[in-house]
Amino acid sequence: MPEEISTLNPNKWIDNYADYLFNYAVVRVNDSDLSKDLVQETFFAGLKSAKNFQGKSTERTWLVSILKRKVIDHYRKINSNKGKAEVRMNFYADGDNEGNWIEERVPQSWDNASEKDIENEELKTQLDVCIAKLPEKYAMVFKMKTIQEFETEEICKELDISASNLWVIIHRARTQLRKCMEDNWFNN
Amino acid sequence: MFKNFFINCDEATTICDKSQYNEATLLDKVKLNFHFLKCKMCAIYSKQNTFLSSFYRYKAKSCKEIQHRLTDLDKAALKKTLESKI
Repeated sequence: MPEEISTLNPNKWIDNYADYLFNYAVVRVNDSDLSKDLVQETFFAGLKSAKNFQGKSTERTWLVSILKRKVIDHYRKINSNKGKAEVRMNFYADGDNEGNWIEERVPQSWDNASEKDIENEELKTQLDVCIAKLPEKYAMVFKMKTIQEFETEEICKELDISASNLWVIIHRARTQLRKCMEDNWFNN
Repeated sequence: MFKNFFINCDEATTICDKSQYNEATLLDKVKLNFHFLKCKMCAIYSKQNTFLSSFYRYKAKSCKEIQHRLTDLDKAALKKTLESKI
């Protein structure tokens, strides 16, 4: 029996895949306008390379693979953006104190924190504010790992980064978020 | 022999972060607990980290329930642009 070959039908792309691709992009790049652009670029790139489509995968899988490349390109772009919102250092980088807490960044006790806070809507809003203050690549990796709960391996594959690179990013993001939540909520 | 068990606060908090996702090794956890014996600051970090993880999980639950969709207006505009290219 011959293998089933998929064909492309660009006239139906918007109706069939726009929402799926848009959601795929938003959960990764956390920006709705940017996601719209990425979806549009994906469709354009799909049209351009339609002749290379061999029909071995479904139309949707093929379009997702194009969008994946766009997400990696975006990550590389923000990864090379220097100086905009730099993450603050929490530990001495060298000298006798290398690796120790910098005095002003030492965690303070959160006397007012309670289990009830976990479901507090205002605290969720405060978290969004704190995430928005992170450099974009830190926010992106943190959200993929912690909010969307992707596996480490999956993120490394999708963004083409090593696991040790991922943990450095997660560590810096979490340390910065902890400090931001402390300054704006728990010790306020 | 025990030299490898001594880690600094940066390394300790990195292990602590990994363990929030259940991705720290047993050896890592031994080193971390060894570090806590002499470092109250990292012990506080760890306690707060556990609290924040529960909070992040709660946030994740509500975020994952949302399916992001394009508006009809956006789709119509996209359709128009795409049709001009076909």
